[in-house]
Amino acid sequence: MTRYFTTDHEWIEVEGTSATVGITDHAQEQLGDIVFVEVPAAGTAVAKGKEAAVVESVKAASDVYSPITGEVTEGNAALEDDPALVNTAAETDGWFFKATIADTSELAGLMNAEAYATFCADLD
Amino acid sequence: MTEAATMEAKAEPLLLPLDSWHREKGGRMVEFAGYAMPIQYEGIMAEHEWTRTSASLFDVSHMGQLTVAGPGAGAALEKLLPADLGALKECRTRYSLLLAQDGGILDDLLITRTGEDSFRLVVNGATKHDDIAYLRANLPEEVTLAYHDEMALIALQGPLAASVLDDLLPGIAEALPFMASASRGCADAHLIVCRSGYTGEDGFEIAVPSDKAVKLADALLADERVKPAGLGARDSLRLEAGLPLYGHDMTASIDPVSADLAFAISKRRREQGGFAGAETILPLLAEGAPSKRVGLAIEGRAPAREGATIMAGERVVGVVTSGGHSPTLGRPIAMGHVEAGLAATGTELQIDVRGRKLSATVAPLPFVPHNYRRQGGK
Repeated sequence: MTRYFTTDHEWIEVEGTSATVGITDHAQEQLGDIVFVEVPAAGTAVAKGKEAAVVESVKAASDVYSPITGEVTEGNAALEDDPALVNTAAETDGWFFKATIADTSELAGLMNAEAYATFCADLD
Repeated sequence: MTEAATMEAKAEPLLLPLDSWHREKGGRMVEFAGYAMPIQYEGIMAEHEWTRTSASLFDVSHMGQLTVAGPGAGAALEKLLPADLGALKECRTRYSLLLAQDGGILDDLLITRTGEDSFRLVVNGATKHDDIAYLRANLPEEVTLAYHDEMALIALQGPLAASVLDDLLPGIAEALPFMASASRGCADAHLIVCRSGYTGEDGFEIAVPSDKAVKLADALLADERVKPAGLGARDSLRLEAGLPLYGHDMTASIDPVSADLAFAISKRRREQGGFAGAETILPLLAEGAPSKRVGLAIEGRAPAREGATIMAGERVVGVVTSGGHSPTLGRPIAMGHVEAGLAATGTELQIDVRGRKLSATVAPLPFVPHNYRRQGGK
């Protein structure tokens, strides 16, 4: 399994042509208290760089973009009752959706953990 | 980017007297009303809950503190505000509206009588320069306006605010009922204390010379019942309290009746008129306005934000003007303007959020009861 990161602060864990997508710990920290998450239903087509989910903090709504093109196989139902899971476990139990990857070459431009850490450090 | 666009780079936000203090306390700074201001310290939810159960310190120094004084100041101000200033006693404070000639709301404000011919006004930060220009243009020559940009303003809000402040200024809690003001000396500074706020809780807004603001903030925070709170909690608190926000729930194109702020038009002024926009506003008072600001309780968890369309079936009947998650109630709440015929409590409506129709019910305001101390005391 390999984990990649986007400049929009999503993470994607890849195993073959399957992926799990969420937002990073840095992103949840910036958003603050999360009160609502809208994840895509199974069967939804997602496209790289396009809105796939919505996360709402007390203060604002933010779009979450899909790092890859593919089809959603599962949205994280746990977030419906417990959106704060994204605050407490952004990069584990607080995942947003699982999807198939249509074209693994789309992963080429993404960052690894080290590059993402450097990217975040440069933002401060 | 063209050169012209480069030249027009945004002006740096102004710094509040407590700027370094906020950063030291972990405040996350954002630009608001032209100032760098803390949106949160430890988190909006925690700050919100602390304000509802203990006491929070908010820096509201971006607001405009004005003095209007001179022969006939009260009568001159009554031409622009619908308050009965003639009946306002010294050291008493009223909520009022600065009105345009067409009846639109230019700002909302607190006004305190400080003398026979002098008044203190506290106006919104984002509108203060326009307010000052409008007031100066419309006040007679013998009535002068002073803008106290040398003063900071600190709000202490919450059920324990009175006990906290009374330890610092003995007797203040007994001396001041809700919407009353007093001057006090403390820490070699001259303070103006008003029992008022924007959270629905008991509390005080304290004007302090800018160079003494850190000293006052430190003295308040030394009390373990007090924590700092930012703009985020201020917004969720005022929304629960049903308090409208200028530029959102009311604007220059909304009259006081539609904004459900008719209570700010005093009885004598309704009878006599004589204020800006009276020709428009008085008939609306008598006959009702075509739309009205209401509270909206939303089903489910998804918040409806400002700008979301309010529907009755397939028909567009209004717009959300403020909305978000209520930390106290644990569910989404909003305020919006809807057609008058659909403004009754209990009316079932829908709000379009990203193409999905959320069920909403017109709810009485405030969502969370006010906790004001009208008789004074702790």
